[in-house]
Amino acid sequence: MTETQQKAKCITLKGSAELVKEYLLYGVNSILYQRGIYPPETFEPAEHFGLFVLMSTDEKIKGFLNTVLGQIQEWLTQRKVQKITLVITNVNTKEVLEKWDFKVDYEGQTSNGPNDNKNNDLPEVGTKDVKIIQREIREVIRQITGTVSFLPLLDCLCSFDILTYTVPDCGIPKEWNETQPVFIANSQEVQLRSFSTSIHKMDTIVSYRNV
Amino acid sequence: MSHLKYIKEINNLTRMDEAIKGPLPRWQKKCLETSNSSVNHSINTSRKITNGSFLTPTPTPTPTKKNDTRVKKTPSKTSKKSPSRTPAKTPSGGDRFIPSRATTNFDLGYYKIQQQTNIEKNEEKLDNASPSKREMQRLMGENLHGGDINQMRVLSYQNKAPAPPEGYQNPLRVVYSQSKTPASIKASTRYIPQTPDRILDAPEIVDDYYLNLIDWSENNILAVALGANVYLWNAATGTIEQLLELNGNDYVCSVAWIQEGPYLAVGTTVGNTELWDCNQTKRVRVMNGHAARVGSLSWNSHILTSGCRAGQIVHHDVRQRDHLISTINAHAQEVCGLKWSPDGKYLASGGNDNMLQIWSSTQSHTHTQPIYSLNQHQAAVKALAWCPWQNSILASGGGTADRTIRFWNCNTGACLNMVDTKSQVCSLLWSTTYKEIVSGHGYAQNQLIIWKYPTMTKVAELTGHSSRVLHLAMSPDGTTILSAGADETLRLWKCFLPDPHKKKDTSEIKSVVSRLKQSIR
Repeated sequence: MTETQQKAKCITLKGSAELVKEYLLYGVNSILYQRGIYPPETFEPAEHFGLFVLMSTDEKIKGFLNTVLGQIQEWLTQRKVQKITLVITNVNTKEVLEKWDFKVDYEGQTSNGPNDNKNNDLPEVGTKDVKIIQREIREVIRQITGTVSFLPLLDCLCSFDILTYTVPDCGIPKEWNETQPVFIANSQEVQLRSFSTSIHKMDTIVSYRNV
Repeated sequence: MSHLKYIKEINNLTRMDEAIKGPLPRWQKKCLETSNSSVNHSINTSRKITNGSFLTPTPTPTPTKKNDTRVKKTPSKTSKKSPSRTPAKTPSGGDRFIPSRATTNFDLGYYKIQQQTNIEKNEEKLDNASPSKREMQRLMGENLHGGDINQMRVLSYQNKAPAPPEGYQNPLRVVYSQSKTPASIKASTRYIPQTPDRILDAPEIVDDYYLNLIDWSENNILAVALGANVYLWNAATGTIEQLLELNGNDYVCSVAWIQEGPYLAVGTTVGNTELWDCNQTKRVRVMNGHAARVGSLSWNSHILTSGCRAGQIVHHDVRQRDHLISTINAHAQEVCGLKWSPDGKYLASGGNDNMLQIWSSTQSHTHTQPIYSLNQHQAAVKALAWCPWQNSILASGGGTADRTIRFWNCNTGACLNMVDTKSQVCSLLWSTTYKEIVSGHGYAQNQLIIWKYPTMTKVAELTGHSSRVLHLAMSPDGTTILSAGADETLRLWKCFLPDPHKKKDTSEIKSVVSRLKQSIR
């Protein structure tokens, strides 16, 4: 195998973080559309990873997602994120109705947890083909769209927020705040497929109120 | 040893675990009077008794004299618990001291003592929580938050995303609600009966969206798969005949008639495709080729194409001993829709991976790449139907997450039109009599909708099924639609009866079609 071929098959830490960010972007947009949180007129189909994803055209939502996911991408390269949670709350009662957990595992990290987080030991380059990763991501996003058939109807005005669970020594950037974790009492959980970029491994779990 | 015993005894004597519930016995009072000259004092200090000795003298905050005078002033306050007390009669400077218990509220005192000890106990509990309990708490936290919350930081961006516009209603409501869809039904000049012409029982029909369990042949025989059996219903005479029964836990996953002739293809759970001669009720051959259940079948003259749960599509040549022409990894998940175009040029396949693929047949079925891979559907694509009067026009319908019918031009791969049906699309059929298309739906109405093509206005809605409409089939004369519902009924709808004024034209068209067919053969 020549060097160029080898290069084509690798994925760097940065590239992996970007892929994860893209997955989050398309995943969150699909959720916002499929769960009917914003009017469907404000979404437009766009093809990503060989899949039609409905993306929001609302400038404010786009801006919010860009800022938040951009910051998350940076943390992903620093291996500081442990989990990203999309929370859907009732606007009026502030009750948490649904929550999507995107758990991040760093491949090659010892199971002792984040205490002995030595970045230098961890791989900077993955071995997985980008095509395969994209295919895996596609499967997960398809599953996200498919969840409509079992998730309960969100029959009220809802808003969403993105919480980021990071390691304790993570600095708080400007305009970011520390908040409380959320959970849904008496919830039902469904784990979707997971995918791995050979650097980041993502698990997607949806929890919803058990009515 | 003996000194320990002594200390214990002393402790027992001096401790007063049981709080005082009533007045002290007279002998004790006397004793106290002599030693302390005030009973009130001893009672007031009872709170501290747990700490120190009963007999330790402590300064009294309230002198007895003052107490007495107060009692005098408010005789009515005397508690009921001490009815014998007559403080008014006692002279203030008398030689006999009768203590007043009105001010020493025993109930309150007792309560206060108990409360304090309870608090202390609780504090102790918290401090000395057993390690197993702490572990349990930690695990519960981890379960709730997906990790040790003390080792995490939860951050969020301050500038939140905007809330949806006021008064906006979740459009998914229509999917879940039972109300009639608002789209207007255009008045049609044609009379369409709103009730089924006949209802047949279909016990044990498998309620599975991904299977294809009915097919109506050119010879007017309907094949229905019910569980492990296949039955043939002769629509002309009404006779029913059992064709086959599978053994064990196997069930029939798909049936498909050859275009002309008595042959029926049957797909099974084990992955075999069986070929049956229905005139002789005899199995002609069994063709393997799949590792999972065969949920969809389609014929193109002598080519039988089968789609399987694992996503493969196999072309079988039924005439040859070596029947396998090619195996294609077409879908990532189960193939649930499979239809050859009437001219045999294109094959459309729909899968649970939300993909609709168009395959060309020109080069001996060996294509491993589809000519078009259409991913606009947001759910599994089961309902597929080729337009009978316009070659290369394909209609496809998506599942619950999608709910749309889309029309495709398979020469260009373009999506010509799409309509949101507000309900799972389980099946699609084109009318051969009118420029119309009929769709079968699931929740909430479980109805059949007849649409005018290409305007896609509703011509009629046929309700009656109490559970989703799984499959549709059309009689060979094109007048009757048969719908198989998950409510275990087959309903026959005479919704495409030809217009008496146009009868001549349609028969003419038919003859042209049949002549064409003959020339092809």
